[in-house]
Amino acid sequence: MKILIKQGHVIDPANNIDAVNDVYISNGKIESIGKAPEGFKAKKIIDASNQIVMPGIVDLCARFREPGLEYKGTIASESAAAAAGGITTVCIPPDTEPCIDSVAVAELINQRSVTAAKCNIVTQAALTLGLQGDHLSEMAILKKQANSVGVSNGLKPLKNILVMRRAMEYAASCGLTIFLHSEDVGLANNGCAHEGAVSTRLGLPAIPESAETAAVSRDLMLIEQTGVRAHFSHITSANALQMIAQAKEQGLPVTVDTSIHHMHLVDLDIGFFDSNCHVIPPLRSQRDKDGLRIGLQKNTVDVLCSDHQPHCADAKLAPFSATEPGISGLETLLPLSLRLVNDKVIDLTTMVSKLTIEPANILGIKAGSLSIGSSADVCIFDPSINWTVNPSEFISAGHNSPFADWELQGKVSHTLLAGTITYQS
Amino acid sequence: MKQTDIQFDQNGLLRHFLTIDGLKRQTLTDILDTAENFSTVGTQQVKKVPLLRGKTIVNLFFEASTRTRTTFELAAKRLSADVLNINIDTSSTSKGESLLDMLRNLEAMHCDMFVVRHNLSGAAHFIAQHVSPHISVINAGDGQHAHPTQAMLDMFTIRRHKQDFTKLRVAIVGDIMHSRVARSQIHALNTLGVPEIRVIAPNTLIPPGTESLGIHIYHDMEKGLKDVDVVMMLRLQRERMSGALLPSEHEYFNTYGITSEKLKLAKPDAILMHPGPINRGVEIESAVADGPQSVILEQVTNGIAVRMAIMSMTLGRQPSAESTEGTST
Repeated sequence: MKILIKQGHVIDPANNIDAVNDVYISNGKIESIGKAPEGFKAKKIIDASNQIVMPGIVDLCARFREPGLEYKGTIASESAAAAAGGITTVCIPPDTEPCIDSVAVAELINQRSVTAAKCNIVTQAALTLGLQGDHLSEMAILKKQANSVGVSNGLKPLKNILVMRRAMEYAASCGLTIFLHSEDVGLANNGCAHEGAVSTRLGLPAIPESAETAAVSRDLMLIEQTGVRAHFSHITSANALQMIAQAKEQGLPVTVDTSIHHMHLVDLDIGFFDSNCHVIPPLRSQRDKDGLRIGLQKNTVDVLCSDHQPHCADAKLAPFSATEPGISGLETLLPLSLRLVNDKVIDLTTMVSKLTIEPANILGIKAGSLSIGSSADVCIFDPSINWTVNPSEFISAGHNSPFADWELQGKVSHTLLAGTITYQS
Repeated sequence: MKQTDIQFDQNGLLRHFLTIDGLKRQTLTDILDTAENFSTVGTQQVKKVPLLRGKTIVNLFFEASTRTRTTFELAAKRLSADVLNINIDTSSTSKGESLLDMLRNLEAMHCDMFVVRHNLSGAAHFIAQHVSPHISVINAGDGQHAHPTQAMLDMFTIRRHKQDFTKLRVAIVGDIMHSRVARSQIHALNTLGVPEIRVIAPNTLIPPGTESLGIHIYHDMEKGLKDVDVVMMLRLQRERMSGALLPSEHEYFNTYGITSEKLKLAKPDAILMHPGPINRGVEIESAVADGPQSVILEQVTNGIAVRMAIMSMTLGRQPSAESTEGTST
């Protein structure tokens, strides 16, 4: 089908486009931007005047819960939520049940995503069998046969550092990027909130900043030694980010993302035990939030992601430390990123870049741009619409959001996946 | 849902008693004054007042307790309420009925008040957020968060001996890290206007950010106890010895245990307090525990009057527009 997206403000950092333009789509691909191809007859015209037209968002970390935890979300439900959030590609961490340590599980996910047809899914392979931290998974086979884009051990840090070293060495020889959840298990001590005045006042088991900084510093040493390409997922502390910035300066092959909620929330937001603010790694101090924003400004932070973790209602109905951590974030990723633009932290083009081409590059996939001939994955949003977050209206099966009642700006009007409209407001 | 002050009802009256954090000085003073009125009930021939006749109070204890549960039970009975004691072993219920389901069941039996003790911080808040509008919740200790009735009985005891809070120097000694009692005591002392609160403990037992509660940290008993009016000891749980928090009981007693020698550093008329149960020879020397400056047993006695005060204030509020058979929130 031929589609014309008319008169939108097209922002495509990969191709240095930032102007009001028409976008011509045919056969699921971008055919032209600006100039109408000869004899182009649009079957559908989308009026995008006063709206932003950008590549579909590439979300570096979102859990769709299938297989194994379908009561929290399914590939069908969460793909639809992704589409509503302007997201066209998501990367799924390996901690499904069973985890993605076999081609069978990866293929099941790949097939379900094709059936759901609301967004592209790429998977990370489990770093170790069953995420147990002992034996390496068959990562070369997972890469070859199931297109795994990287390896990670989910939210389970390896206890034995020798295994981490071997895994990095092996991943490097497979040409796989390792995604790291840098946390020192001993220092984290089963905590559930950032160690500081708030955790002390509330008497909550605390996770010190050093649980992250100590692990990042150790991981950086191993990355240097093994030469593996590594990505630090959801870094939360200003000090850890500083260490990564230094490593980048020295030319180490590392990248880093932060979850969008760490750019907006701090430990104080827990108030009197708001379980929707229970997230791992935890919401840190105001100083850390400021540090993350500076890191974003200085381009140390490469990517903003949702770190989407949908839960059923029960998972959050208990005393704070007994609730399950995580935030349902697909549908607030874009407006919360736009808020960083409105707060003058970054400009709009940088925001688009950190949601599209940069994550696509880290994953090594062809996505995140409106290049001629590429798949027509497009997000069109109106940056001026104000709306109030009401998690019970989320399309995601998970309604667990600490952003309830927040006034946000910016709403997706259309999402296109390979030239097919997957969401329309 | 932004719940800022769930402790108060729509008329501004105390409905739940969950934490002292955020309460005004007037509220605390009202509780102490009311407790003063109840303090004679126990010494009368008929140890009962009919204030809560016809009300049902459930003691919901997810954690073992003798002193707190007993004094809550006595307080409720002296107010003429019916009392139901439920002791729940959390290890056996963790896999079965959820906390919320259990509450729904108890609500279905038309209870009026839950007195809750739980091993997780925030449990009392959680329950208060989810009970029907006519039910009051009293926190009898939640995890490492708060034990507000203990703190109030401590304040009551201090006031009986020292009258004016705004002229006092108070030292709290021991395991602040794991102590809900200490957190509530600090909030209460600050709210009542105590100008100098000291915390004496090794760094391993003082969580980061404790200063922000409004205290001064000391690692040395000699300096910390100097010229204080009140010494509040904390219980040191024996399981703390298993981790890397402390080398041994012997070293702890040697450094942070209270002895007659060390108590002499405080003002001559200083009082010595302990929330119980005491570990003789671990945090406190027997001679001090039983000595003339000790008010430990007085604290227990005062616990009844203070709990009567809090129960009568929360449950005995003026009948308001609130429904008595409300639906869940």
